[in-house]
Amino acid sequence: MQKRLIVNQQLLEIMVMRLCHQLIESHGDFSDSVILGLQPRGKYVAQRIQSTLAAILGKQVPTGLLDTTFHRDDFRRRDTPIAANATKIDFLVEGKKVILVDDVLYTGRSVRAALDAMIAYGRPANVELLVLIDRLYTRHLPIQPTYVGRQVNSLLSQRVLVEWQGEQAAEDAIWLITKSDE
Amino acid sequence: MQELSVRHLLGIKDITPQDIQLIFETADNFKDVLNRPIKKVPSLRDITIANVFFENSTRTRLSFELAEKRLSADVINFSSSSSSVKKGETLLDTVNNILAMKVDMIVMRHSSPGAPHFLSKHIKANIVNAGDGTHEHPTQALLDSFSIRERLGEVAGKKVVIIGDILHSRVALSNIFALQKQGAEVMVCGPSTLLPKHITQLGVKVETNVRRALEWCDVANVLRIQLERQQMKFFPSLREYTLYYGIDKKLLDSLNKEIVLMHPGPINRGVELSSDAADSNHSIILNQVENGVAIRMAVLYLLAQNG
Repeated sequence: MQKRLIVNQQLLEIMVMRLCHQLIESHGDFSDSVILGLQPRGKYVAQRIQSTLAAILGKQVPTGLLDTTFHRDDFRRRDTPIAANATKIDFLVEGKKVILVDDVLYTGRSVRAALDAMIAYGRPANVELLVLIDRLYTRHLPIQPTYVGRQVNSLLSQRVLVEWQGEQAAEDAIWLITKSDE
Repeated sequence: MQELSVRHLLGIKDITPQDIQLIFETADNFKDVLNRPIKKVPSLRDITIANVFFENSTRTRLSFELAEKRLSADVINFSSSSSSVKKGETLLDTVNNILAMKVDMIVMRHSSPGAPHFLSKHIKANIVNAGDGTHEHPTQALLDSFSIRERLGEVAGKKVVIIGDILHSRVALSNIFALQKQGAEVMVCGPSTLLPKHITQLGVKVETNVRRALEWCDVANVLRIQLERQQMKFFPSLREYTLYYGIDKKLLDSLNKEIVLMHPGPINRGVELSSDAADSNHSIILNQVENGVAIRMAVLYLLAQNG
């Protein structure tokens, strides 16, 4: 297995800061906007975005966690069953500008499931997608991100791993992992 | 572990404590779904489930049907009173005919203990036992434990007494297995004529005095007197039963302790429970009904994964 560092801690910090400023350009004071982190890995990105926005704006943007397990289109088609995670949304989505947040955009199927799951909480005014890594040429569905940290060319045999300081990693980092037998 | 160890839910006796834990964690998520504005997920969109009820039931069938519809499954209902069973068709033939219509799961209630076990040996579809005679009623036991966990934080270490007609109850047996697998202490209480002869072999305490039982327990699960199953007289009169085993608010208040009151329904109001006890703060009877849908959604969802 080969593991190549594609974004280090310093670059990730700059990336998150830039994404936050892009969000502020579109959402102003976030009075009508909410953030939804997609479980399980988008949770950490959403929390980082929320804390960075809080440092810049001096206010907490409403942030929830959305689990898509029951809305996935690959139920009973995977080798291993997926366990559901908690959904925690303590605000109304109805009429809000929703920013869906995930770490990696790959086939687009998780985002499709997320759009489906989110509708159960009301009809948002509009929906945007923010991802740290956009894996190019791998999409199965016509889904594109609104805000991108970095675009990465990757093979199907490769995997992108986003690690967060304090979550089983010494520091923030994004890795491109290639299985050695492929 | 994210998978059940069984392909069918035939009884609590067959599943592991880890299975129970997995069902509870999944039900937690489904309970969240049930409290959303849109109470439906598409998980079982391509699955057809037959509710095959050879014995009358209202609330269990409704609860299963709602759980199936909340998961977006296609549902067909079959009741023996209006079916070919009346014309002499065998159980296996009846179910095989249903399966020939491409049904993926069977939820079955039958008056004969072991009927779903028999069926599971002959058909491929997943089977959920919705009550087989006086044997087991696994989803009821799961939702009872889930409700205790919700009210008291955990089941382990709690003292639970099952009061009433233990002899004719499938709920009692499944509850005993479920509670013991989760580390609770179990007592049964009722007139000695309604207690099975060898019940102590299951590792439960036995008590015939309801006041002493209530003083011992954290949770009292009161069962319905199954008047329809009592051709023989097991006690002199309903009035006498109520006098000795009925629970009312006055009795609960006199205990001077926190006690959780449960009942699998339907209640014979004024017989095993008085109205003021059934509707008191001690009671979690309506929570049990609500949790029933979430538990049944979890069971169907997890079994579909094992299909």
